[in-house]
Amino acid sequence: MNPVTSTPVNDNIVEIDNLSFSYGNRMLHKGINMRFPRGKVVAIMGGSGSGKTTLLRLIGGQLKPSIGAVRVEGKVVHEQDDAALYQLRRKMGMLFQFGALFTDLSVFENVAFPMREHTDLPESIIRDLVLLKLNAVGLRGARDLMPSELSGGMSRRVALARAVALDPQIIMYDEPFAGLDPISMGVIVNLIRRLNDALGATSIVVTHDVHEAFAFVDYVYFVSNGQVVAEGTPAELRESVMPFVHQFVHGEADGPVPFHYPAPDYQKDMLRGASA
Amino acid sequence: MLKTLENIGHQVTDAILRLGYAARFFIYSLSVSGESLRRLPLVIREIYFTGVMSLIIILVSALFVGMVLGLQGYNTLQRYGSSEAVGVLVALALVRELGPVVTALLFAGRAGTAITAEIGLMKATEQLSAMEMMAINPIARVVAPRFWAGVISMPILAALFSLVGVFGGYLVAVQLIGVDSGAFWSQMQSNVDFRDDIVNGVIKSVVFGVACTSIALFEGYDAPPTAEGVSRATTRTVVNSSLTVLALDFILTAFMLH
Amino acid sequence: MERSKIDVWVGIFVAIGFLALLALAMKVGNLTSSSVGDTYMVSAYFENVGGLKVRAPVKSAGVVVGRVDNISFDDDKKEALVTLHIDTRYHFDKETNASILTAGLLGEQYVGLDAGGDTEMLKNGDKIKMTQGAVVLEKLISQFLYNKASEGNDKTDKKAN
Repeated sequence: MNPVTSTPVNDNIVEIDNLSFSYGNRMLHKGINMRFPRGKVVAIMGGSGSGKTTLLRLIGGQLKPSIGAVRVEGKVVHEQDDAALYQLRRKMGMLFQFGALFTDLSVFENVAFPMREHTDLPESIIRDLVLLKLNAVGLRGARDLMPSELSGGMSRRVALARAVALDPQIIMYDEPFAGLDPISMGVIVNLIRRLNDALGATSIVVTHDVHEAFAFVDYVYFVSNGQVVAEGTPAELRESVMPFVHQFVHGEADGPVPFHYPAPDYQKDMLRGASA
Repeated sequence: MLKTLENIGHQVTDAILRLGYAARFFIYSLSVSGESLRRLPLVIREIYFTGVMSLIIILVSALFVGMVLGLQGYNTLQRYGSSEAVGVLVALALVRELGPVVTALLFAGRAGTAITAEIGLMKATEQLSAMEMMAINPIARVVAPRFWAGVISMPILAALFSLVGVFGGYLVAVQLIGVDSGAFWSQMQSNVDFRDDIVNGVIKSVVFGVACTSIALFEGYDAPPTAEGVSRATTRTVVNSSLTVLALDFILTAFMLH
Repeated sequence: MERSKIDVWVGIFVAIGFLALLALAMKVGNLTSSSVGDTYMVSAYFENVGGLKVRAPVKSAGVVVGRVDNISFDDDKKEALVTLHIDTRYHFDKETNASILTAGLLGEQYVGLDAGGDTEMLKNGDKIKMTQGAVVLEKLISQFLYNKASEGNDKTDKKAN
């Protein structure tokens, strides 16, 4: 039951076991278990502020869990030393919410950046590789633009090209649809699926856009209050009668996720003001 | 009453905490410097932005500071009939104090704030996080080259400041007022010592370079990732660098005079 | 593309930085006169060193030939012991006279060396025997006043006679 071996019995490239994480004394996650099978696109969904992005950082080793562990290819992430952690990260690519492109470098240099840093490839090969990646996201013609000249959708596509520059095995997407128009959204959805299948990678998509996500992912985890409240394939979840899933999938304002932030009784609160 | 006391206590522990964090950041930056020093183009690029871009403000300020020193020095010295000593006064004031100190203050305002804002924005837009996820250490890639660029640029800027300042003093005293040129230079040369004055001035500017650059880098790296956080960090860079430079100048001068 | 332009600028920047330092050393400072060559050490006792400072110049015929290395008080002799570093290029005989002089009326003090007539030269660690301490202005003035006063007395005496 203790998979220390380098060849995992199951084919989960990332496993999250009984993970708890707290910021200061605020408990963000309480005992989360997730499995990410190789070659699949898995979505992590939940309301804003439910710690979905933090989960990605835990997988990438930028944060350390309070309890439990994240395993990537069977290795416990937070137990790796710096060198091993960096070795592990080279297998990962991450698309940040707003792209996080390097503002002082051109589109071409942004995509070339990981190659220049991690390989000694000659300039001509780097050029070919960068154009290949940019072509895959449809922005080969924009190679000389600066990030400030790109629209939101375009900069996310460039960031995607950069994230897959070194052909990672795990690609993580942090809110890839936030703030995009429907056309750009469709483009990104397409790209995620296509890149995943072309590279044979595993994708982890953090999002709250139910309809976009349900259309292309293989498996979904619902996170709420620091716990996994539901999981399953999109088809299963669409039929789910669980109140939370129902509320989320159908976008209802009130339900298990309350409309009100926790507060004392309304009537009492008003009376206290009068008596003071 | 208890509340204010508590507040003061909080601020003191906060300050100590930050100081400790800053020291750890500084030492860590040094420890990963080897990698960035091996990649000289990174450092050269940053010297361009911190050093070369600061040239104009440094040179113009130096010229005016030197000219003012020449005027004031002449006015006072001629009362004692030793107006030739104006060269000594200008040179010593610049080489020992004003060169390193004013350069450091201008550097903090020109290059320091730029560094803080740049790193703060890189953090706010998750560029540093993105680097980490690409398995690239942002301290080694972003912070350390800027640190070394600052440390290299500062003494160069300070030397230029002193030289241009002396030239400004020469313009006013010799060309404008008519102090004897030979006496101006010979008095200066016999009273400015290479080791005691010039080398010590260079040492000062190196120390100021370390202080200003690491403060600017730390404030940027530590800034809350918001527009307000970055703007506050920029202000703190100027305030903290200036105070640190002046305090360090006192300490260094005290050591050097003994 | 961009990189070469930056390289050129940074190259110029560093070069003028070094030139500035060199110019400071040569034109503003005294690097040319205080050569960092080899020196030998001699010492001398002075009755009074006045305001002499460590690193003050040692001059002969107005040319700087060395520097004051150390000034201390000899408790046995009740005199000041001054050690001097002198450039090995210059040789002084054993009868050389060392005196503490002032540059100008209010200038800084230095050690002046006047060659004597001995054939043997001073070596490292030798002592200069003939010395003349600093002239203390107060003593000079009081001596002057005393002389004037006694002169005045003489005159009044003469008049009284």
